[in-house]
Amino acid sequence: MNAATVCPECAAPVSVPADVFPNEIVQCGDCAIDLEVVALQPLSLAPAPEEEEDWGE
Amino acid sequence: MNDRAATKSPSVGMLFTRIRVEEKLLLKAFKRSGVPVMLMDDRELVLDPQGSNASLPGLVINRSMSYYRGLYATSILEDLGVLTLNRSTVNHNCGDKIKTTAALVRAGLPVPRTKIAFTLSAARESAEELGFPLVLKPVIGSWGRMVARLNDQDALEAVLEHRVFLGGSLHSVFYLQEYINKPQRDIRAFVVGRETVAAIYRYSDHWITNTARGGRTVNCPVTPEINSLATAAAEAVGGGVLAVDMLETAAGRILVNEVNHTMEFRNSIAVTGVDIPGAISDYALALLPTVELSRA
Repeated sequence: MNAATVCPECAAPVSVPADVFPNEIVQCGDCAIDLEVVALQPLSLAPAPEEEEDWGE
Repeated sequence: MNDRAATKSPSVGMLFTRIRVEEKLLLKAFKRSGVPVMLMDDRELVLDPQGSNASLPGLVINRSMSYYRGLYATSILEDLGVLTLNRSTVNHNCGDKIKTTAALVRAGLPVPRTKIAFTLSAARESAEELGFPLVLKPVIGSWGRMVARLNDQDALEAVLEHRVFLGGSLHSVFYLQEYINKPQRDIRAFVVGRETVAAIYRYSDHWITNTARGGRTVNCPVTPEINSLATAAAEAVGGGVLAVDMLETAAGRILVNEVNHTMEFRNSIAVTGVDIPGAISDYALALLPTVELSRA
């Protein structure tokens, strides 16, 4: 079953799949911000870290 | 590896910055093999070069999005007797474009004409030798970020001035390359060990074809030429799990452009039909000593 909470940026409801991983990145459907799953029980989301200069592949 | 390796814990670790699609697919692939994965968040990681490796896994997959975090973490982990994928020397050779080009040239591989300069005057001289249009790239960086195609002297002067005033030592290292007028696509080949497991064309109307910038992927048959270049390029940087980017010239030659050490593959599985994360996990597990797997 999906878990739900609110977006820390815009307060819109955000639901995540039941098999979501800790630290997985999800997106708010309203404001489109990237959110990191920082805790599963209870579900807690935080803005994902900003891209840094040496990030890449 | 030093003698501390004898006390290593079994299993696999994954150094990560974010759990993206690629990391999830890798975790699922390891899970299918029944091997536990220790998640190692590079934001929380503390490594002690003088410490014990008792709580560390036997092998760590580097999936850090940060070049420097991945580079230094794999280096220390190796000193502590942990196997790494990719190894720190490979990360260095791929994450630094000057090191990449040097390794490819040493191996006799075809690359775009490239000049390295350390001052504005030397950069201008390099540009004159290469001719316009040319490409100026940051030495460290990815996803096409801060890569500039310079069509004339005015553009060169503007970008050089910006680079200098950005500050930082690396912004004053100038990596200039001839612009390859490629056919609105480049080639990315995925090398796992000694095998090119898949390849894609990345199409874009923009001259930067990175999928992170909206490039569209299409399956690319792994021809003998692509396989030969890709595996040789992977070996040139030290081998492992690598994505080799290649450019086709108007004359039909294929040049090796870059090699990526923490490759992204989410858009390449469906179009190629190849289980890239499965191939990576199989390769990683084959690196682990049998005794470690039996204890996992």
